Amino acid sequence: MRNPLSERIVGIQPSGIRKFFDIVSEMKDAISLGVGEPDFDTPWHIRDEGIYSLEKGRTFYTSNAGLKELRTEIANYLNRRLGITYDPLHEIMVTVGGSEAIDIAMRAMLDPGDEVLIPQPSFVAYEPCAILANGVPVVIDLKEENEFRLTAEELKAAITPKTKLLVMPFPNNPTGAVMEEKDLRAIAELVIEHDIFVLSDEIYSELTYLDSHVSIASLPGMQERTILINGFSKAYAMTGWRLGYACGPKMIIEQMLKIHQFAIMSAPTTSQYAAVEALRNGDEDVARMREEYNGRRRYLMHRFQEMGLKCFEPYGAFYVFPSIQEFGITSEEFANRLLSEEKVAVVPGTAFGACGEGFLRISYAYSLEQLKLALDRMEAFVTRLRGEA
Amino acid sequence: MEMREKILTFIEKNSRANLKDLAVILGVDEAAVANEMAAMEEEHIICGYHTLIDWEKTGVEKVNALIEVRVTPQRGRGFDAVAERVYNYPEVNAVYLISGGYDLLVTLEGKTLREVAQFVSDKLSTLEAVMSTKTNFILKKYKDHGTVIKESKKDERMLVTP
Repeated sequence: MRNPLSERIVGIQPSGIRKFFDIVSEMKDAISLGVGEPDFDTPWHIRDEGIYSLEKGRTFYTSNAGLKELRTEIANYLNRRLGITYDPLHEIMVTVGGSEAIDIAMRAMLDPGDEVLIPQPSFVAYEPCAILANGVPVVIDLKEENEFRLTAEELKAAITPKTKLLVMPFPNNPTGAVMEEKDLRAIAELVIEHDIFVLSDEIYSELTYLDSHVSIASLPGMQERTILINGFSKAYAMTGWRLGYACGPKMIIEQMLKIHQFAIMSAPTTSQYAAVEALRNGDEDVARMREEYNGRRRYLMHRFQEMGLKCFEPYGAFYVFPSIQEFGITSEEFANRLLSEEKVAVVPGTAFGACGEGFLRISYAYSLEQLKLALDRMEAFVTRLRGEA
Repeated sequence: MEMREKILTFIEKNSRANLKDLAVILGVDEAAVANEMAAMEEEHIICGYHTLIDWEKTGVEKVNALIEVRVTPQRGRGFDAVAERVYNYPEVNAVYLISGGYDLLVTLEGKTLREVAQFVSDKLSTLEAVMSTKTNFILKKYKDHGTVIKESKKDERMLVTP
């Protein structure tokens, strides 16, 4: 029999998270701090709209780009929160989560050999998506001393004549890093100068704890060269609804829509109706959850300080990214031992890129009681490790 | 949100948090939290620290009732005088002045149905201002103080996700 598989697909490494998931699943009664999704339930009024749409028999496809009502609400929302104006008819499309948007944006924009700049540590999908789109991923290693922000120098050093697209994954999973307006301005200047495009993944935009999120698309000259990706998963605790969106120049959205049309048809209808409600009446829920995450974030930072674990203060998403370099073991070893000895699961930083070595991703999408319990165990573990040295 | 509101919003659902944790979580100074809490207790903004218990699971018999009471308000003191008479009984859990078909909503806790019925007929109904009462026994508590009373919800998320 011939080899049924595509060489390109076989060549893509499965996500490092997967491997760790298998180990954790074997462990009975482990406390996990490894989850990348909110612990809150979707607010009831939003779920209620989803139920209502089912009761009304709204079980048909929507238009490829998504319900017009929803696209209009997205446009209103982006205008209200970021001060950017998008035309809901031509510049916004609804996708199956932010993930689909990342995939089709790359496929719509890349030709073979085009280089995609991917700052890491970051979400696991950018690199494989770039490869699937025939692009060439070029990794930029972010540094702890810069609080894992992307600097203009780092960007400049990575740009070549083949650079087509820059991924901007902020607020960042796994580091919790944010880019402030001044940081973004320096990046935007280079982007414009070198005529490259930006895929700005802003899925955590509602979860910032310093100032409100600033989108790179809102800077002068940037909207026309940015695909802004966002969704409902993190802000409204709607991960399972699988709903995101992409906004950008009509020319790019049109091509993305073509892929979406043939591969997906349309995002889930029930989810779209629920999302309309989320955007219309969900601001208070978002604020309430943000406040809770922020309390947990402060608590974690305090505990790390107490146990003398080095950690830069992250101002976004729901992750902290402490350094374990002092112990002289790899992230994976640390995570494996923490799991087997104290039954606490955290994700090694290396799951998000090689430069995550020496760090751990700890999620605070958990109740305070659970965080407390897990941190007590972690403290015992850290103390023991120091005793061994 | 000002500090008082922050503190109250948090402790309304987590009254057991110690001062140090509370200060860390709210991102404020511990001494400031302690002062505010003391001041709010003094001003009776914080009226008590209670525990939400599902007595049904303990096997201890308790009967709860909601009693709708129609009363004649008193000249010059309105409903306050009769409300005070009612809330002074230790068996009474809560007393609310209500708009609508009746005046006072009284919640009661007793050991048996009989005990509650007796309280209503002997004590509540005999008050001069009380015109009529209607006793509703609570058969099952589903949710109380914003908390759903049943098994705690299991975390069904996958253990590790990107």
